[in-house]
Amino acid sequence: MLPGEIRLTDVTVAYDRHPAVHHVSGRFAPGSLTAILGPNGAGKSTLLKAIVGQLPVAAGSIERGPLRARDIAFLPQQSSLDRGFPISVLELVLLGHWQRAGAFGRIGRQGIEAARAALSAVGLEGFEQRPLGTLSIGQAQRALFARVLVQDARVILLDEPFNALDARTIADLLALLRRWHAERRTVIAVLHDFELVRQNFPDAVYLARRLIAWGHIEDVLTPENQLAARQMSESWDEDAPLCAIDDHGDDHHHHDHAA
Amino acid sequence: MSAAYEFLFGPFAEFAFMRRALIACCALALGSAPIGVVLMLRRMSLFGEAMSHAILPGAAIGFLVAGFSLPAISIGGVIAGLVVALAAGAATRATDQREDASFAAFYLIALALGVTLISTRGSAVDVMQILFGSVLAVDEPALLLLGAVASISLLVFAVIYRPLLADGFDPEFLRSVQPGGGALYHFIFLGLVVVNLVAAFQALGSLMAVGLMMLPALAARYWCRSLVSAMLVAALIAALSGYCGLLLSFHADLPSGPSIVLFAGAAYILSLGCGRQGLFLLWHRRRHLEA
Repeated sequence: MLPGEIRLTDVTVAYDRHPAVHHVSGRFAPGSLTAILGPNGAGKSTLLKAIVGQLPVAAGSIERGPLRARDIAFLPQQSSLDRGFPISVLELVLLGHWQRAGAFGRIGRQGIEAARAALSAVGLEGFEQRPLGTLSIGQAQRALFARVLVQDARVILLDEPFNALDARTIADLLALLRRWHAERRTVIAVLHDFELVRQNFPDAVYLARRLIAWGHIEDVLTPENQLAARQMSESWDEDAPLCAIDDHGDDHHHHDHAA
Repeated sequence: MSAAYEFLFGPFAEFAFMRRALIACCALALGSAPIGVVLMLRRMSLFGEAMSHAILPGAAIGFLVAGFSLPAISIGGVIAGLVVALAAGAATRATDQREDASFAAFYLIALALGVTLISTRGSAVDVMQILFGSVLAVDEPALLLLGAVASISLLVFAVIYRPLLADGFDPEFLRSVQPGGGALYHFIFLGLVVVNLVAAFQALGSLMAVGLMMLPALAARYWCRSLVSAMLVAALIAALSGYCGLLLSFHADLPSGPSIVLFAGAAYILSLGCGRQGLFLLWHRRRHLEA
């Protein structure tokens, strides 16, 4: 296996004891830039967490080759961090050294310089001492990207990194993604915006609990695949109570019963 | 001048028990105020309250076995606190129940058990002393215990400072960069909370042991942006509350524990009103925006 490669073989992941991803097989090539697409509840975040190793694989296997935990940087969805916490932007970015400095190690002058450089790379120069709570959502996401920069990992996983951001911020952060791609890092991002993916991502994984397609973006984002994904997501609702599906005939339903 | 001196310092110059009580309060302030700040940051402000009741049955058993003996009560309290913390944690993990719910259940059971145990043997005076504490009765061994607890907990706190805060700030990130995440440090921190509560238990009693832990921390948050200054200010407020509370209790002949906690409460109310992020300034700013 090549360094930076991740190979999935018949992977099934359960979340809170409910299977969320079924029988997914495929391979993230070293240095590839891949988007994970799919409807809500398709198991995209679940798959990402399984690749990081935060969720156990119920069946099948994920091979990471020579990758160690410290070689993988994972940026989860925004909601998981406490934005009211009294921490400065610089301190937040310095957390990116954790895999090297750990809980007790020294970070040192070089580490601080690296954090400053990362901040200016994401356009947050001069924000070092600002409390995180005073940043806008877009600025906070830039700071988190700076933390990923400092992590300097061979594999970078991003979970919906562009949610609720304006066009300017998205463009700047996409430039960072391209830079990582050029540096031959393996980048995997969960995304919603098909157009954005079409323009920026060479490869994609289309997921709807099971794998719909995996490959070059043009081969993945076909009308047939989109139809298949929609049918998959509709079929999950069969377990839901009847009236939840019946969104146009609810009233008739009642009349019929009364009649 | 000398009247003021007499009023402010006389009691401590004259009576050894007042001096010991003051030192006890300072030790408690140093040890538990920073812990209170972290509890608040981790949204666990009510956890301290629950734990302070949870140590009661252990303290009661210590009391039943050995009478009013400090080591017995302390060891019993620490054991009971850790058992409740572990049981609630295990119940949470095993049943998908929320952690605060498990803690509420276990601390109520512990509190009822504790009061029942004491009342089987002790008198009403004993019950009062255990519920409300007796900082004026702190003797030399108790003082040593308080000092040791404050020193050790400050040291341990300093050692686990980085991972503890990283876990409180962004637990998911910590899990992604460190196998096992912050669970170990969280557990050490819970241990610190229990040990400090047992120390405060001697002075302030089971009902108000958290007083010097939480109130100064909550007050400090209205004044400080940075964490370190919040901890320092919290410790200062706690120590000052101890001093003022002891004076009040001496001059007005009031129970000492509640007096101390009342002063900490006054500091909180004052900060809520006038602090940098308090009500008055919020109201003031709003008027400016409207005008």
